[in-house]
Amino acid sequence: MSEDLKILDEVTNSEYKYGFVSNIESDNAPKGLDESTVRFISAKKNEPEWLLEWRLKAFRHWLTMVEPTWPNVHYPQIDFQDIIYYSAPKKKPTLNSLDELDPEIKATFDKLGISLIEQQRLAGVAVDAVIDSVSVKTTFRESLRELGIIFCSFSEAVQDHPDLIKKYLGSVVPATDNFYAALNSAVFSDGSFCYIPQGVRCPMELSTYFRINSAGTGQFERTLIVAEEGAFVSYLEGCTAPMRDENQLHAAVVEIVSHTDATVKYSTVQNWYPGDKNGKGGIYNFVTKRGICLGDRAKISWTQVETGSAITWKYPSVILKGDYSVGEFYSVAVTNNMQQADTGTKMIHIGKKTKSIIISKGISCGKSQNSYRGLVRIGKKAENARNFSQCDSLLIGDKCGAHTFPYIEVGNKTAKVEHEATTSKVGEDQIFYCNQRGISTEDAVNLIVNGYCKEVFNQLPMEFAVEAQKLLAISLEGSVG
Amino acid sequence: MLSIKDLKASVEGKQILNGLNLEVKPGEVHAIMGPNGSGKSTLASVLAGREEYEVEGGAVNFLGNDLLEMSPEDRARAGMFLAFQYPVEIPGVSNANFLKTAVNEVRKSRGLAAYDSKEFLQIMKEKMKLVEMDKAMTQRSVNEGFSGGEKKRNEIFQMAMLEPTLAILDETDSGLDIDALRIVSNGVNALRDGNRSFIVITHYQRLLDYIVPDFVHVLYKGRIVKSGTKDLALELEEKGYDWIKEEVAVGA
Repeated sequence: MSEDLKILDEVTNSEYKYGFVSNIESDNAPKGLDESTVRFISAKKNEPEWLLEWRLKAFRHWLTMVEPTWPNVHYPQIDFQDIIYYSAPKKKPTLNSLDELDPEIKATFDKLGISLIEQQRLAGVAVDAVIDSVSVKTTFRESLRELGIIFCSFSEAVQDHPDLIKKYLGSVVPATDNFYAALNSAVFSDGSFCYIPQGVRCPMELSTYFRINSAGTGQFERTLIVAEEGAFVSYLEGCTAPMRDENQLHAAVVEIVSHTDATVKYSTVQNWYPGDKNGKGGIYNFVTKRGICLGDRAKISWTQVETGSAITWKYPSVILKGDYSVGEFYSVAVTNNMQQADTGTKMIHIGKKTKSIIISKGISCGKSQNSYRGLVRIGKKAENARNFSQCDSLLIGDKCGAHTFPYIEVGNKTAKVEHEATTSKVGEDQIFYCNQRGISTEDAVNLIVNGYCKEVFNQLPMEFAVEAQKLLAISLEGSVG
Repeated sequence: MLSIKDLKASVEGKQILNGLNLEVKPGEVHAIMGPNGSGKSTLASVLAGREEYEVEGGAVNFLGNDLLEMSPEDRARAGMFLAFQYPVEIPGVSNANFLKTAVNEVRKSRGLAAYDSKEFLQIMKEKMKLVEMDKAMTQRSVNEGFSGGEKKRNEIFQMAMLEPTLAILDETDSGLDIDALRIVSNGVNALRDGNRSFIVITHYQRLLDYIVPDFVHVLYKGRIVKSGTKDLALELEEKGYDWIKEEVAVGA
């Protein structure tokens, strides 16, 4: 093995050295899943009858479904009766100051450039600063309310805005959509709700961080975003800080509704625990994300940076119903060690002159497997629809794999669909060239990979992009400090 | 500054350098010529530390250090620069960003503070003039979509930015038209300051009309078989290499 490859091997084989293990004090539902579990959850949340019925319907349908096996991922059979479907708000260990924090975690935070206040929040430090940050959140919430923007937990929305929930819940991802969406619909614990009224441009990036009661969103998260006519919102999910969770299976659902002339930009950074070097442990992330451009000239843009999870199975999609509507998907998916990712998008063109763009950048290192799976469907009535797809794969080392599964279905002759795909390796020539200019191999790999992801990072909100770059460096290097 | 003694090296099991000796003092310009396959580019690669090249024997001292023990990046930080015959493309990484990383890495290793963006832009602007480089080129990805001439110009621009102690030019003239050759050579000459040394590897005497060497060496079968002044290059231009090959055969 050449020296460069050895170094690559070292840096890409390091283990995930951070994350939280929290002690859980909870009042849990008993293990297992039947109708009584669904009723238990609904009752705990004090939900209206119609929502319980909706959950039950989803549950009954779920019983008739089988787990999908088509993704290019492999894992042992999940025992759905061995899962706790409800656990009350989790508590993280309370620290008196950041000095008590594990120095390694502190180093990660510093490396990611996370502010002190946020560090304290993430670490669960019980000091005044956290109270300050709560009041900061409240202030944000107040200024949003003045504009008529609703941004709250899903549970709160069910209580305070039942009409909106009733109108939109399941309107994009029906409860019966797929195995995991049905499961989520039956047992979802909490999540976020966001509503932007007509003509309002949300003045700040909406991040789950600013949502009160954001603690303990749980493994079956539900997000619903509605942008009324002419509204604009940029929504951030997740954070670059490492996330560890007791729950191995995560099956979230995200629904986005974009009305006439509205734009919703949804950015995700996902950094769940990927398991150890041998693939033991780690989160299974089976997510259904879909948006619909209901009105003319509506736009939905997904940007994702995926570095975590043992298994990722996720296809943020857009249904382009309105004429001239636009769907975008920008993705960076990094897999390392034994991680497996099967991710991509679906662009369903229904309206006339609809446009979609797909830019997917897969990076595989270690012994990981990284697949792109994408569907572009042009409906019969989608006159002059256009799609451009670019799927690039980058291999680091010689034990990983990259796969591309593009599906293209064109039902209208006037459509224009373009698909470009490339696979490349981080070349020893490139690394040597950097070395010869004084740049170390590790920095060279970062530089090359960042260059490769540039088109996607450019889509992220500024601060998020900077964090994502650092996260990428850490993911590749796999060590802290 | 650079002292190569009895250097032997192979690539893919094939011995290319067979006991090469070379002494370079500060400020000197050495031209290395020789027929195809004589080991010219191998010499450049071994000095820069390319790992496919196996050193089988000999010693190289660079500024008092055992060069062969140093990693490629440490060689670069110590002041060795290789202008590549085939510069590599790095998509998505702007030339400016690449150079800033490199320059600050080198400065760090010398205990100097990193340049901030403003200082760096200022220095870049000055050095760009040396190779008549367009500002747009610094914003483009490293060598991506550059013409042959632009790539070579970019190499010399990088050299100007990194201010090496020893620069090795590996067939920098190949694929250049007359204008580009003049620009590149002017750039190199502007960097001759009496201390900086150069090893210029070339096939053609033409380059040496522009970059006038102090010494010309002929590399053949992995050894330097003849050394002389600029006149030797002219002689080679006129007579080819056969007479040298014959001399070597007789001597052997």
